[in-house]
Formats: sequence, structure tokens, C-alpha cells
Amino acid sequence: MTDHVLTYMTFFPLAGMGVVLLLPRERHDLIRWVSALFTLPPLLLAVWLYGHFDPTKPGLQFIEKFRWIPDYNIAYFVGVDGLSISMVLLTALLCFLCIFASWGIDKAVKGYFALFLLLDTGMMGVFVALDFFLFYIFWELMLLPMYFLIGIWGGPRREYAAIKFFLYTLLGSVLMLLAILALYFSSEPYTFDMTVLIAQNTKYGTAALPFWPFDRLGWGFQHVVWMALFIGFAIKIPAFPFHTWLPDAHVEAPTAISVILAGVLLKMGTYGIMRINFPMLPAATAELAYYFLAVLGAWNIIYGALCAMAQTDFKKLVAYSSVSHMGYVMLGMASFTSQGINGAVLQMFNHGTITGMLFLMVGVIYDRAHHREVDGFGGLAAVMPVYTGVSALALFASMGLPGLSGFISEVLVLLGAWQKYPILTVLGASGVVLTAGYFLWTIQRVFLGPVNEKYKTLPEINGRELFTLVPLGIIVIILGVYPNAILDLLRSSLDELNRTVIPYLS
Amino acid sequence: MDLSNLESLQFFYPEFVLVGTIVFLIVLDLIVADKRWLAASAFLGCLLSLWATFDLYGSPEGWLFHRMIVLDNFSLFFKVIPLVATLLVIWISFGCREIREIHLGEYYAILLTSSLGMFFMASSSNLLMAYLSLELVSLTSYILTGSLPRNRRSSEAALKYLIYGGVASGTMIYGMSWVFGITGSLDYARISEVLAHAQVNRLSLFIAFVLILAGFGYKVVFVPFHMWSPDVYQGAPTPITAFLSVGSNAAGVAIMIRFFFPAVSRLGDQGNWLFLTGVEWPHFLLFLSMVTMTVGNLCALNQQNVKRLLAYSGIAHAGYILMGLVVLNNEGLKAMLLYIVVYLIMNVGAFLVVVIVANATGREDIEGYRGLAWRGAAIPAVCMAIFLFSLTGLPPLAGFVGKFFLFAAAIREEFYFLAVVAIINSVISLYYYAGIVKTMFMDQPNPADQKVDMSANESALLGVLSSLTVVFGVYWGPLVRYTSESLRFFLK
Repeated sequence: MTDHVLTYMTFFPLAGMGVVLLLPRERHDLIRWVSALFTLPPLLLAVWLYGHFDPTKPGLQFIEKFRWIPDYNIAYFVGVDGLSISMVLLTALLCFLCIFASWGIDKAVKGYFALFLLLDTGMMGVFVALDFFLFYIFWELMLLPMYFLIGIWGGPRREYAAIKFFLYTLLGSVLMLLAILALYFSSEPYTFDMTVLIAQNTKYGTAALPFWPFDRLGWGFQHVVWMALFIGFAIKIPAFPFHTWLPDAHVEAPTAISVILAGVLLKMGTYGIMRINFPMLPAATAELAYYFLAVLGAWNIIYGALCAMAQTDFKKLVAYSSVSHMGYVMLGMASFTSQGINGAVLQMFNHGTITGMLFLMVGVIYDRAHHREVDGFGGLAAVMPVYTGVSALALFASMGLPGLSGFISEVLVLLGAWQKYPILTVLGASGVVLTAGYFLWTIQRVFLGPVNEKYKTLPEINGRELFTLVPLGIIVIILGVYPNAILDLLRSSLDELNRTVIPYLS
Repeated sequence: MDLSNLESLQFFYPEFVLVGTIVFLIVLDLIVADKRWLAASAFLGCLLSLWATFDLYGSPEGWLFHRMIVLDNFSLFFKVIPLVATLLVIWISFGCREIREIHLGEYYAILLTSSLGMFFMASSSNLLMAYLSLELVSLTSYILTGSLPRNRRSSEAALKYLIYGGVASGTMIYGMSWVFGITGSLDYARISEVLAHAQVNRLSLFIAFVLILAGFGYKVVFVPFHMWSPDVYQGAPTPITAFLSVGSNAAGVAIMIRFFFPAVSRLGDQGNWLFLTGVEWPHFLLFLSMVTMTVGNLCALNQQNVKRLLAYSGIAHAGYILMGLVVLNNEGLKAMLLYIVVYLIMNVGAFLVVVIVANATGREDIEGYRGLAWRGAAIPAVCMAIFLFSLTGLPPLAGFVGKFFLFAAAIREEFYFLAVVAIINSVISLYYYAGIVKTMFMDQPNPADQKVDMSANESALLGVLSSLTVVFGVYWGPLVRYTSESLRFFLK
């Protein structure tokens, strides 16, 4: 059992999909419970993994490897290190909670939960895969269910949002495919094994290519491959200017899918850059990180915050705040300091829990009022006090209030970035003020002030909704007080990662 | 091995079985009243021929019939492909409403004749033989296209097909006469010898190749010889459209590979092919490949008829397949063969769903697919989604594996620009494929839309094709091994 823990975590939901497809279509509750049942083992295994992971070792653990298509050196190769284990934990947790957040879905229930479980497998697979080919398969595997989940169960403009999401991510991932093939044919012997590709990272050429525009830019093979991978990942993050799919997808997606999108999918972008670009192409990373990670990251922070401030749709506001918060991750990882990179990964985890809470709470109010206009409420604190309390926790955590988890990661990122890019750090830090600005303003408009007569009788948050929110709230508080619960897992792996890039920094 | 007419017969039994079946079908048509026997006998005949073809694996390679046709793994592979396509088409025709109005005896006999012509296309090693086999396939295709009685579209398509085909094959045989004039021979092996040793005028050879390419291009359907395909695909009965889209395309690829590689190139030691005369036709094909995929995809964007859309997507796929030819090595050719196999599976699958929907509703326009998943046809809709996403090239579906190998071949030979054009095309193609999926799943059906259901044999075939699409997407080791085995040419 313990030898194949990652495989079980990845494929349990897929088995669940098979079971769900066999259930009779009209037994809605049965389908829901079976889905919950099949996402629970990955969560329990994730807890087990947390307990048995050795944080002092920087290398990969829980490795499983066997030949898949030997003619082309393709293997089923999975494992976790400090970087991926945090994401695996987050995925397992959010998927389980989102099953409960999807309880209210009543259109084609069977299809919804089957696709959701497929999506779960795809996401888990991306974080554990260590073979490039396998990674790509899982990466694309997520697209299909996501397209249907947004497109069938989404809001009024769901078709537009779904195809936009699909086209953007596909464009990114086919570029990635070309990069993967280019790396494959540069390796000796040809392999998709990431660990081998990383070990050969000095072989990928950095001398400028002899044709336009690369001769002008001084870009070599490594830079071009870096860029192809980066665009693929940047679309997922989403980094400016590739972010425009995000507000649409978030607004139209059903609540649980928004949570998954913000909580897990966005992390794949930054995860991919750290897992692949950093160690595999360190020379290009050292050269390009400033422009494409640090500057873009700072820009993301400010731009996302300003856009969020202008929104009247609650969900869109949260979506833009995600753009802003992912900027911290980019800024932190571009600093190549221990604080910066640890803070970045911690921020990825925290953003997953906090934004998950934010989308869930928007979902709660939307289910009751059937609209999300920030200005359309008022005085909800008097009508729904418990809901207001939980929401305030999420909003303050997102603002970076000391004592809550968001604060720690943002401070670490800014501390790390300050050592390298003081000006960008100042700009990034101003994002904190902007964030406080739009969230406080939101709290004031939605929860405070005179009670809106229309919503005087809104029912209080119910037990199921609390069940999805409270675990995340607890994690937010615990990590705010004791961040080492996650940081300990990350430190040695990420410091090792830094050491592969630092020699190339000029 | 260079066998005379009589000696050749011992390696000729797949063709014999097919010819016997054709004759038997014509006679049977006069005798039996229940026409279902015809489909059954045609199916059985194809199965027998398929078995015979597999039986030939392992026999010595060589020339048959005084160097007219050649027996090697490559020609066997291109016998298996048309046979499988024919088998699938017979199966689909069995329940297809359009087909019931046709004189079935002739229909099946001509279908099998067409597949016989494809056998020869892949194995001819003489320009004249290549021309004759191509004409055999063309003539039967015209008849099959126009086989819907009292249907204007079908007749119009057949006429268009005939005229385009006449021009293309005329151009081709003119080009062949140039080759004959330059080299003094019609035999591929002789041509190759002469080109290797004698000094020939490059320009005239290039012109000859371009002229010959017209004939090949018309069969493989690449730009600018693609004009006939949308009309023919739309007008022909759907099973025939499926047959033309995979069978005739594959045979065209076969005849092209056979001519360009063993005949006018030489195999290097690294598995790469060296072109004998230094004519820059790979660059010409590179250009054609990029134009073909782009034109196909852009034209497909706005189509309202599913068959027409699939015709344009077929043009785009012909462009992808050409990538394998451009890179001039065995990896590229292997990728082409692999792509033909997966294209066969997913494209016939897509046409099968078209037949199922047309049987129930009589509609072929995309509007007719509105809310298909909610009209009692969830399974065909899901399968259609699988086939369409596979055509797009998304993992873990078979179409991805096909594209993966083509891209890999291009990247390996450092054709980066071609690879980038191809991936941009893949993204474009997602838009129209997903458009159909959107109509099936995300639009609500109109109250007036009929329910769609399918017969048992249709659902069985649908199950087989869709599971093959998924299985080959995840585990394609055996498939790749088979195609590499098939890439063995008889070279003297």
C-alpha cells in the first residue's frame, strides 16, 4: 500500500469516475456520496503523506517508476519533493471540500461528478508526474473536464468563457509540447525523465541563435525553450497579458469549479516554472527571471489590484484579486533567495485556501440572492452574522492581516525580493495597500451599513456550507500562527532548487 | 525476387479473394431477395482478404508480375488499411438510411473494387501501373459518390469529382511522360538508377515532379487540388464520405511515399533519405504542407454542415500528414503511417455518429446536433466528443499520439517553423471541433427536435472505435511497433 501511495491518490478519483458512470442517473444523492467517498481516500493519504514525508531530505520521495513505452523511453514516473507535496495536500483537500460545495448542482448530476473526478485525477497527476510526457498528458487531461464543467454548468456566458479558457490553455500547452520535444531531442540518450533532463542541464545551448530576432536579443536554444515553457505556464498563472481568460472563466464557472480554478489550476503555472524552468534551464532562468517573473509579477500585483478595485461583480473582484496575489508568487520566486522562494510556495498554498474560501462565500451569497453585485447588498452582518464572521476571516486573510496565513507568505516574499529588487518590492508592497483598499470597501458595501430591505429574510449559512468553509478557515489561522507546518516541508527542497540557479546569476 | 506472371500468383491471394467476392456479389444480387446477404458476403470477403493479407507477412519481399507491383511490408500495410476501412464502411452502410435506396449489389461490388484499386496503388512499382491503379480508384469513387438516386447534390458532387479527377490525372500522366523522357523508363528501380548515375536537367525533373504531384495531391487532398473535396464529402452518401476520407487519402499517401522515397531517393545510413538529383522538392512540399493545413482549418471555421466541416478538417489533416514527408527520414514516414491508422479510427468514428444522427433526424447541419446529449443520445454525443477532441490532438486520445510523432519528427530535423505553424493550426482547429461539442452539450435542444437512438450494431461499432481512440492514446507501443515494421521497402 505505502509503496504506491501517490498512484492511489492520483487514480482513486478516476476509479470513482468509473463507479459514478455506472450508477443510475436519477439517484442524485447516491452519486454525490459516492463521489465524496472517492475523494476522501486521497485526502487521508495526503495526511498520511504529510506525516511520513521526510522534510530534511531535499530529493524526491515516494518514487514509483516503471516502463510505459520503452521504445521511446517514456516511463510512468511519479514522486514528490517539498515543492510538490504542498500542492498535493492542497489538491486533495480542495477536491474533497468542493464535492460538498457542488451539492447544489442539480443538472445532469452524474455527468458533473464524473467530470469532476476526472479533473481531480488530472490535477493530482500534474503535481506528482516526473516524466515529461506523463506530465503533459495530465496537464491536458484537466482541460477537457474543465471545459465541460464551465460550459455546461456555468453561468449565462458560459460557452464563451469555456471556449476562451480552452483556447488559451491549449495554445500554451502546445507551445509547451514543442519545448518538451526540443528538450527530448537534446538529451542523451533521448529521455522524458525530468530528473535526467535536469542532470543534463548544462548541455542546453545558450549561445545566441543566428537568426532574427534571437540574434538581436542574444537568445540561445535554452532561452527559446524557456520562453515556450514560460508562455505555457504564464497562461495558467495567469500573468499579464495572458490573464484575460481568468475573469470570464471565474465568473461563469459554478462555485466549486471557481474554487478549483483559483485554488489548484493557477498554481500549476508557478509550479511548472519552478519544477521545470528553474532546474532544467537555469542559465536562461537567471537571465530572464528579472523581466518575465519579477517585473511581470510586480505588474500583476498592481494591475490585478487596480482591476479588482473597479469591479462591481463580487466574483470578478475575487478573480482579479487572484491575479494580484499570484503576482507575489512570481516576484518571490524570481528573487532566488531562501525567504523569497519559500514565501512564494507558501503563498501558493495560502492563496489556494484563502481564495477557495472567498469563492465559496461568494457562492453562498449567490445561491441565496441570485446575483453578485457588490453594491446590491448592504448590512448583511445583521442578517447573516455567522456568514459575515467567516467571510471577514477570509477577506482579512486575503488582505494580509497579521496572524492570518496570507500575511506570513507576503512578508516572506517581500523580504526575499527586497534583497534583489528594492524598487519592484516597493511597488509590490503598495499592492498590499490597494488590496486592503478594495477588500475593506467591499466589506463596507456588502456587510455593513443599513440592512437592504430586499434581503432581510436571507437564511443563515447552513451546515454543509460551513463544512466546506471551516476547515479552510482553521488552516488559515494555524498557518498564520505557525507557518512552519508548511514551511518545514518546503525548505530543503526549495533551497536546493535555488542552488541550481544561483551560480548562473551575474 | 523478381517473379513472372504465373509465379506471382502464389503471393496474390488477398487480391484473388477480393476479386472473387466482387464477382460473387454481382451474381448473388441476381439471386437473393434479401439484400442483407450482400452486406454479409462483402463483409466476409473482406475479412477473408484481411486474413490472407496477414498470412502474407513474412513471405519474401520482391517484384511480382515482371516488376509491375512489389510485395513488401509497406504494401501489406496499405492493404490492411483499405480493408479495415472497407469493413467499417460496410458495417456502417448496413444500418444507414441513405444506403437503403441504392442498388446494393453494385454498391458493395464497386466498394470492393475501389479497395482493390487501393491495393495496387500502394504496391505499384511502375509509373504506368501507378496511373492505372489510381484511375481504378478514381472511377469507382465517382460512381460511389453519385450513387444516391434522384439526389441532386450527389450527382453534382460526382460530376465535379469526375472533372477535377480527369484534369488531375491528365496532368499527372503528362508529368509521368516527362519522367519517362528524362530517364527512359517507367520502372521505379530503373528510374532510381538513372537518376543516381546520369546527369539530368534539374528544372525539367522538377517540373515533372510538380505535374505528378497534381495527381497525388488530388488523392491526398492538399491545396491547391482540394477544391473537389468539400462538395464531394457533402454530396456523397455518408459511409462513402468516410471511405473516401480515410481510404483514398491513405492510398494517395502510399503511392506518394512509394514514388518519392524508394524511386527517387536513396536511404542513408541514419534512416534519413537522400534525394538523388538535388531537386528542392522537400521545400516545395514544406510549403504545400503549411498552406494545406492553414487553408483547411481556416475554411472549416465557418462551416454549417458537419460533413463539409469534416471535409475541410480532412484537408487540414492531409497537411499534417505531409509534415512526415517533408522531414525526409524514416521517423517522419513512420509518423505518417501511424497518423493514418489513428486518423482512420477517429474519422470513421466521427462519420459513424453523423450517420446515426442522420438516420434519426435526416439532418447533417450543425444545428441538427443541438442539445444532442439531452435528446437521448448521450452516448453518441460523448463518443463524438471523443473523436473530435482526438482529431484536435488532445491527450490522452489517439489523435494526440499521431500528432506527437509528426511534431517530434519535425522538431528532430529542426523544422521549427513548420512545427509552430502546425501547433497554431491545432489550436485553430480546436475552435470548430469544440463548436460541435458545444452545440451537442451546451445548447438546449429545441422542443421540435427528434429523439436520437441507434441500433445495436451501430452502438457496438461506436463502442469499439471510441475505446480504441482512448486505448491507443494511452498505450500505443504495439501500434508504433507495427508501423515501424511496416516501413520496410523492397529495395534492390
